[in-house]
Amino acid sequence: MTETVVLRARGLTKHYGQVVALDDCDFDLRADEILAVIGDNGAGKSTLIKALTGAVVPDSGTISLKGEQVHFRSALDARRVGIETVYQELGVAPALDITQNLYLGREQRRKGLLGTVFRKLDKPAMRHGSARQMADLGIRIQSIRQKVETLSGGQRQAVAVARVAAWATSVVIMDEPTAALGVRETNQVLGLIERVRENGLPVVLISHNMPNVFQVADRIHIHRLGRRIALVDPRNTTMEEAVAVMTGAKSPESLHLEGGTA
Amino acid sequence: MTNTADAALLEKEEDHGGPLRTFIGSQIAGPLAALILAIVVFGVTTSTFLNADNLSLIATQSVVVGTLALGQTLIILTAGIDLANGAIMVLAAVVIGKLATDGNALWALVVGTLVCLVMGGLNGVLISRFSLPPFIVTLGVLSVLTAAARLYTDSQSYPISSDLLTILNDGPTVGGISITYGVLLWIALTAVLGYALTQTAWGVRVYAVGDNRAAAALTGIKVRRVLLSVYLTAAVVYAFAAWQALGRTPTADPSGYSTANLDSITAVVIGGTSLFGGRGGVVGTFIGALIVTVLANGLTQAGIDSLYQQVATGILVVIAVAVDHFVRTRQTR
Repeated sequence: MTETVVLRARGLTKHYGQVVALDDCDFDLRADEILAVIGDNGAGKSTLIKALTGAVVPDSGTISLKGEQVHFRSALDARRVGIETVYQELGVAPALDITQNLYLGREQRRKGLLGTVFRKLDKPAMRHGSARQMADLGIRIQSIRQKVETLSGGQRQAVAVARVAAWATSVVIMDEPTAALGVRETNQVLGLIERVRENGLPVVLISHNMPNVFQVADRIHIHRLGRRIALVDPRNTTMEEAVAVMTGAKSPESLHLEGGTA
Repeated sequence: MTNTADAALLEKEEDHGGPLRTFIGSQIAGPLAALILAIVVFGVTTSTFLNADNLSLIATQSVVVGTLALGQTLIILTAGIDLANGAIMVLAAVVIGKLATDGNALWALVVGTLVCLVMGGLNGVLISRFSLPPFIVTLGVLSVLTAAARLYTDSQSYPISSDLLTILNDGPTVGGISITYGVLLWIALTAVLGYALTQTAWGVRVYAVGDNRAAAALTGIKVRRVLLSVYLTAAVVYAFAAWQALGRTPTADPSGYSTANLDSITAVVIGGTSLFGGRGGVVGTFIGALIVTVLANGLTQAGIDSLYQQVATGILVVIAVAVDHFVRTRQTR
C-alpha cells in the first residue's frame, strides 16, 4: 500500500450557533484504499463529509487534494475536481433508463451540425459508454435500455455507484450506500465498492453497519465529538473495540493506532 | 473477461426485440389503440363519420386545445400543472384582436406572444424561484388573467378581419380532405417538442426533474433553470394556440375558452402522461386531444346526446389515471 494521501484535511472547525459540529478535525484518505468513517449519531460525520464535498464551508481549517489546497464553496466546486458522492437514496431517476441515469447532467451530443445546431444527443455513444461502465464494474443487468425502476434495490444503487464512479476522477464518497438494502443486495454493493477501488479510485465509506465496514475497509476513521478520535486498521482492531471507542466507552489510546492520530 | 461481458451486454442491447416490441412497450401504444378503436367503431356504426369533411373537421376542432395541451404536457412532465394556460391564451388573443383593429396585425401577434411570455414567465418564476406549488400559482394567475382580459376589453369581443390572423384556418386540400395550416402547425409543434424532449439533453433533464427532483439536483442539473425554461417554452406554445383560436373563430372573445385549461389537462392525461411527472410525451398528448374530439364528434354523428361525450371522456380520464397508477406502483415495490 502506498502512502500517497489523496484527500487531506487539517483542523477543520464548524460551528452552528452554540453547537460545535467539527472541532479541529483531521482527515486523510490514501490513493488506493477504502476508508470507512464511523461515528455515533451527532458525532459530526455528516458535517465532515459535507465539508469534503463542498456542501458546507468550514469556519477554519484546510483541505487539500493531491497536495494542493482547495477551497470548496459549493458541491459543484468539489465535483469539478473529481470528488463525487453516492447517497443513501435519491440517487437515480426511476422513469429514466440506465444510460440516461449514468449520463444525467453530462449528456453527450452528436458531433457536427446535428450536435451544435440541433442539440441532438449521441445516444449510441452513451449506450456504449454505459455498457462499458457497467461491465467494468461487473454489474449484471439485462439491458442498459432498462428503466431503473425495473431494477432491484441493489441494482439501482449499483447504477448510482456506476454513475459516480464514471465521473469521479479523484475520490468517491459513499454516504450510507447500503442502508436501504437487504443482505444480498448489500453484498452486491460492497463488492462494487471494492471494484471501484481496484479500478483505481479511493473510496470514503460512511456507514453504521460495522460488519460491512470491517468487511471492506482498509482503514477506519473513528469520529467522535466533532473530530477524528482514532484511525485504525481493521485487521488488528475488533468490532467491539471500535464501537467502544466510537461511543466513548473506551479511550483511543487502548487501540493500535494507524497513521496519524487525532 | 471485461471485454466479453461488455460485448455481451452490447449485443443484447442491439437485440432488444426490435421496433415493434419497443413500440408496444411505449407509452403511446394505449392511447393510439383507443383512438383507432374509436375511429373503427364510429366508422362502422355511422355513415357520416369517415367522410373527408368530417375527418378534417375533427382535426380542425382539435387544434386549439391540442396546442394548449402540448404546452401543458411540458409542465406536467415536470410534475407541475398549468390551470392558467387557457386564460393566458385568451388574454393574448384579445390583446392581438384589439391591437389589430387599429394597427398592424404582425405587430399585434408579436405583442400577443410577449404577453404569453410574461405570464408564463411569471408562473415560472413563482414556481421555480420561490418553490410555490404550481396548482395554487396558476389558479391565482387564472383568476387574475380572466378578469384582466375582461377589464382590458370592457367585456367586448373584437372581430378579426386580418388575413394574417385568420390564416391558420385556411389551407390546401389533399385528396378531398382539406388540411388547415393550423393543423399543420399543430403537427409541426408536436414534432419539434417531441424532438426536443427525446433527442436533446434539455428533454432528458425535463423528465429527470419531473421524475426525481432531488436526484436531478444532485447530479448538478440546475433544476430551477429547467423549470423556468419549461414554463417559457409552454408560453410560446400558448401564443401559437392564441393564433390558432383567432383562426378558428374570428373573434377575440374575453369570455371564450373558459374550460380550455381542464380540456388540455384531459388531453394530456388521456394521452398517457403521468400527473406525477417524468412519464409521457407530446405525441401521446396529440393522440389524446384527437381522442376527445373523435368521441364528441362520433357520438354526435351517432345521434347520441352530447352529454354522453362528457361521460365517455370522464371514464377515459379515470382509466388513463388508473393505468398510470398501475404502471408506477408495479415498478416500485
